Amino acid sequence: MTLRVRTAVCLLGAAGVAVLLALAFFKMPSFGGDWHPYRDLVRPIGALHATPNLISSVNFDIRALDTLGEESIVAASVVGVLSLLQPSKEERKSIEPAERPVASAVKLAGYLMLPVTVLLGLDVVLHGHLTPGGGFQGGVVLVTGWHLLYISGSYPALARLRPIDWCEYAEAAGIGLYAVTGILGLGLGTEFLANFLPTGQAGALISAGIVPVLSILVGIAVAGGFLVLLAQFLEQSLIREGSDS
Amino acid sequence: MTTALLLTVLALVAFAGLAVVVTGDPARQAITLSLFSLTLTVLFLVLQAPDVALSELVVGAAVVPLLVMLTVRKVRGPKP
Repeated sequence: MTLRVRTAVCLLGAAGVAVLLALAFFKMPSFGGDWHPYRDLVRPIGALHATPNLISSVNFDIRALDTLGEESIVAASVVGVLSLLQPSKEERKSIEPAERPVASAVKLAGYLMLPVTVLLGLDVVLHGHLTPGGGFQGGVVLVTGWHLLYISGSYPALARLRPIDWCEYAEAAGIGLYAVTGILGLGLGTEFLANFLPTGQAGALISAGIVPVLSILVGIAVAGGFLVLLAQFLEQSLIREGSDS
Repeated sequence: MTTALLLTVLALVAFAGLAVVVTGDPARQAITLSLFSLTLTVLFLVLQAPDVALSELVVGAAVVPLLVMLTVRKVRGPKP
């Protein structure tokens, strides 16, 4: 394909996207208006199932099946990274974290923030149905917070406190149990991933039916998956070049 | 008040986005990308979308720049 043909194809595509965007923009409701059809559809269900955080109500109740799909995408990409980036046995031997001096202010900040971020991550996962957040956000907060061990401590310290095998099991278990929860609902005579548990009182820690259950399962899966993902990238960047073939 | 705040934050996002594009070195770009995500986080917060803001903060400002930095380090090899 010559440059001229490629430019023509690109311009054609760009023109098509521009036309579609223009059409979409002219049909959009004005910014900050009073017309909120989705809010009006979601709010009654959030109230019915005692889920103050409507976003979680959407993610883990109304369209819980979509979330299962999204989690499978995360799992698939983690498996992809694992199969592409996992160091070989020889490479693993040459992983040598460079001992660089860390400024004491950075160390102090890291050790101060470590318990705070881990606590915040747990809080965001556990209260996903009540306050902003949920399994995905909380899981990633947990994992990024855990890596403060690397920043203010050392790589071996992180590697010891990061059981990769268990993280892989946790990710698989999180997604598997998510699907099992859906099938349980199916067995009880409702639809797949329907909110079949008693919803309780709005605002209580144990309420909103399956919303917190699915949120916590997603939190476990995401935390495990992201820890495995970052571990592969970290190990790859720490392999000493030249010693391996 | 709200409009002024919104316009300020939108200008910040545009400025940070420009900074990402202008930064040439990918390793430095990871830092500007992280700052860009921070401004986006503030924008989402101002637009009353805390859930999305939290996702943007952890993924856009922390994980993605880290992956970019680690990849750049791997591709370039150890420092001489």
